[in-house]
Amino acid sequence: MGARETVAVVDYGMGNLRSVAQAVRQAALACESVEVVVTSSPQAVRDAHRVVLPGQGAMPDCMAELERSGLREAVLHAAATKPLLGVCVGMQMLLDHSEEGDTPGLGLIPGRVVRFRLEGQRQPDGSRYKVPQMGWNRVWRRLKPADGQQSETHPLWAGIADGSYFYFVHSYYALPAQAAHTAGVTDYGVRFASAVARDNLFATQFHPEKSAAQGLALYRNFLLWKP
Amino acid sequence: MLAKRIIPCLDVTGGRVVKGVNFAGLRDAGDPVEIAARYNEQGADELTFLDITATSDGRDLILPIIEAVASQVFIPLTVGGGVRTVEDVRRLLNAGADKVSFNSAAIANPQVVHDAAAKYGSQCIVVAIDAKRRSAEEERRPGPDGQPLGPGWDVYSHGGRKNVGLDAVAWARRVAELGAGEILLTSMDRDGTQAGFDLALTRAVSDAVEVPVIASGGVGTLDHLVEGIRDGGADAVLAASIFHYGAYTIAQAKRRLAEAGIPVRL
Repeated sequence: MGARETVAVVDYGMGNLRSVAQAVRQAALACESVEVVVTSSPQAVRDAHRVVLPGQGAMPDCMAELERSGLREAVLHAAATKPLLGVCVGMQMLLDHSEEGDTPGLGLIPGRVVRFRLEGQRQPDGSRYKVPQMGWNRVWRRLKPADGQQSETHPLWAGIADGSYFYFVHSYYALPAQAAHTAGVTDYGVRFASAVARDNLFATQFHPEKSAAQGLALYRNFLLWKP
Repeated sequence: MLAKRIIPCLDVTGGRVVKGVNFAGLRDAGDPVEIAARYNEQGADELTFLDITATSDGRDLILPIIEAVASQVFIPLTVGGGVRTVEDVRRLLNAGADKVSFNSAAIANPQVVHDAAAKYGSQCIVVAIDAKRRSAEEERRPGPDGQPLGPGWDVYSHGGRKNVGLDAVAWARRVAELGAGEILLTSMDRDGTQAGFDLALTRAVSDAVEVPVIASGGVGTLDHLVEGIRDGGADAVLAASIFHYGAYTIAQAKRRLAEAGIPVRL
């Protein structure tokens, strides 16, 4: 048996990390010698081999708590040195700025976070768009040629069919400044980046921990990822 | 666009899943964790657990069940039944619920819907409405404008035992304004009858509110699910009996919706 590899789920006091931790643990059952810890210790985040950065609630609260908990530097250290997976607001925090509460982000992926503006628009079946977007929507992992780009398939999509459904709950979405950082797109009145990636960073707007088998597959791919 | 959702409902008491007809005559349907895992495998989009235990002592039994299900099933879980306070919401969310549903407590104290949504976000606060078509006598009851109410549906509390004298459509609008992120709408006339949703009720509430509406009560065939979405305007359809007793699988239900041109997660 090789040395144990640790995965830190960063707990900066923003709500319930139980479902994220359970899903990562479930995914880890398929991997040899992976230990999952939920931690509020900066040192444990520094020592971990991989880091999951969840986030729920409002972005201003998340950024304030990340700062207050003393975990901001540890997360930045992780982003510079090892595989890091952001989820929901944990994705939004990776960008430069969110218009939610006019909040600066961590600046790890160039771009900003904006609110859905769908008033008066109708879905294909005639129903109104609702904000937050809440429910299952499709994620297309490649940009379509019509968008002028053909991105490569990211290793975190391994074994996951293009256009698979994932579970979303959000009112804001990321607008990466560079098309190359978009790893997945979803249509909800607007085509938005539902997954972003750069080097050793990957992040999803949807909740893999609530997305059944496809979500567990994504966590498993993260645990096996060697960027 | 978003997929329309199929939500199996598990009525839980004494640690078991049960099912009745018209809110009475319960029979055993099995172990909650096993049933939840089966529905997850079949492709259910969410699961709803209703704790129908009568006593507050018994109510705490739902927490370990939610914990057990949440450790094995990775889709959203809604829990309702006997939820009274913001503290109840906290405990259920901590046990692994993603959404918590108020019913009688919201009628007795509508402020709790506002307070819970302010603290945890509208996306995790559901209000369940048990509605029953008004009798001829009830139609003559004066409404807010002093005129007879006329045809419509009244809201019932306490597991469908007490007419609280509220119009169901007006109540739905009110709880959405208070911060409910979703409405679970059950037709008491249809519940357990397998005669299909009350489509007029479903349509009236769906048209009245901006938040998603889950239609419930009366599913007996897969075409009833199609009708609830297509004709009732529901965002999600909830059913129990047709799935618990093996008449249909979730996958069969999904295929029927897809054949009808409704977007579903297959």
